[in-house]
Amino acid sequence: MLKLALRRFGAMVLIMAVVSFLLFLIFESDKLAVAGKVLGPYSSIEQRELWLEKEGYNRPFLVRYGEWVADALRGDFGQSIRFKAPVSDLLWPRLANTAILAGLVFALMIPLSLTLGVLAGMREGSLLDRLLSFLSIGTTSIPEFASAAFLVALFVFELRWLPGTSSMTGGFDWRQLVLPVAVLVLYDFGYVARMTRASMAEVMTSPYIRTAVLKGLPRHRVILGHALRNALIAPFTVIVLQLNWLLSGVIVVEVFFAYKGFGALLYEAAMFGDIYLIEACTMVAVFVAVFSQFLSDVGYTLLNPRIRFAREGG
Amino acid sequence: MAVRGRRDRSEALPLLAAALRSLGVLRESPVAMAGAAILLFWLAMAVLAPLLPLADPNLPLEPLRPPLSVSADGTATFWLGTDIKGRDVLSRLIWGARRVLVWAGLATLAAYLVGIAMGLVAGYRGGWWDEILSFVANLLLSFPVMVLYIVVITRIGASPLNIVLAVTFASAPAIMRIVRGLVLDLRTRDYVLAARARGEGALWIMLVELLPNARGPLLVDACLRMGYTTIALATLGFLGLGLPPPDPDWGAMIAETQPMGAFAGHAMVFPALAVSSLVLGFNLLADGLREISLRD
Repeated sequence: MLKLALRRFGAMVLIMAVVSFLLFLIFESDKLAVAGKVLGPYSSIEQRELWLEKEGYNRPFLVRYGEWVADALRGDFGQSIRFKAPVSDLLWPRLANTAILAGLVFALMIPLSLTLGVLAGMREGSLLDRLLSFLSIGTTSIPEFASAAFLVALFVFELRWLPGTSSMTGGFDWRQLVLPVAVLVLYDFGYVARMTRASMAEVMTSPYIRTAVLKGLPRHRVILGHALRNALIAPFTVIVLQLNWLLSGVIVVEVFFAYKGFGALLYEAAMFGDIYLIEACTMVAVFVAVFSQFLSDVGYTLLNPRIRFAREGG
Repeated sequence: MAVRGRRDRSEALPLLAAALRSLGVLRESPVAMAGAAILLFWLAMAVLAPLLPLADPNLPLEPLRPPLSVSADGTATFWLGTDIKGRDVLSRLIWGARRVLVWAGLATLAAYLVGIAMGLVAGYRGGWWDEILSFVANLLLSFPVMVLYIVVITRIGASPLNIVLAVTFASAPAIMRIVRGLVLDLRTRDYVLAARARGEGALWIMLVELLPNARGPLLVDACLRMGYTTIALATLGFLGLGLPPPDPDWGAMIAETQPMGAFAGHAMVFPALAVSSLVLGFNLLADGLREISLRD
């Protein structure tokens, strides 16, 4: 078990190292372009040369890369060109805002999709089961910006119940969170519910459930005591991996509703060509994605006794 | 060589017949039929766009007219209204279908060519080939998709070709994983051993023995992936990173309209409906095809 976790951890570090190298290569191998970005389009070549010399850009590429990694590991990502502030000062508040959004999405999506998935999987082919697969195909077909358009047209333009932007300029307001959270939950819950349903349906046909039913256990005890434990292993990994998908959706939703989160920051940085900010945001995004992969791999092994014991035995 | 030539000719016709039969198979699943119907509708719109009696999609007429309104001179009806620049929404929707179908198709095709090549080599050759290709795939899959799109496109610019490239980067690794998994299973079959015993080369075995036998799951995935690519293209359009204006793009249509508020609700809802229905068509067809393949 420990060996597996260590190996996965090693793979994670390797991926992060290669990604960081590629990013640095893509964005900082052209030194003059970096200087042009930082000093602005009207700076002269001499000014750029001077700046490069002063900032130590004329040292070998690998030395610069090493220094960049060392700084980044200490939490220093340099200065944002657009916002004229240290990248780390921008990053953390934005990440906190996105964490609030993502936390609410998970808090709603997990109970909703697990309940629906388990109920549908308990009786394959029942009315609820067919309704759920219909609903989940529907909701996963509507991209985030489209469902945001529908919800805004209905709740903002027609009914005038909710605000159409979520910039929180006048302090925290829960009403501004309703639509962004709803859009993300709508897009994500269908997939998790379907996975839960498939897992539950598979467990329900297994011999040990038949045994439990045949020995006369009441139905609720078969479900709660026997089926659920095993049926929820697969959804666990799906939910953790959902973090990766959520990050893509978060960008669209934050841009649509002008929410001051991490996704909007990454988008603004990329559109503006704010090199150091793009590098930092991309590294954070990849870290979240790779770390959730790591958690889901290790968590799956911990939860699934069949794999756990097979590995320890072998 | 003579043996090979004969095989090719005798297989060309049955292949065509099989393609036609597989269309007939759709009748087994109402879900697949519904999906195919939606797709046929959009395909017909896309093909017929130049023949339909539509206004020029880029021509400004009268701004922000509501749906079903008649133009000031009484000669034209704006069935779905006009947008903030006064362009006909219906016309932009239909021409937008043409654009998204062409580029989503090309991008998915490019992703498939790269993904299949990677997957065949990784699965059949194994060893270092597999290690290296799988690592590259893992590397690309470690990016959240939209982050990869945004970083690649802001770096290389938003031209149609670059968007095809970005979609290939994002999708090929997932296709590679599927093909690799299928090949790992198929390569132990007797017909592969037989081909190897006949002295066929690796390329022949990969393309003629392995690939055709992996087509079932790949077909389902291709439908789903057309849906993903449609979403990706429209989302990029919404973010201002998509196919360049002024030609209509469903995502960009929503982004242009959104700041206008309630006056332009129709110019926002119709493109959203269009993109959702097209993706729904792909997803329904994929679901139906999977159901049919499980039944056999």
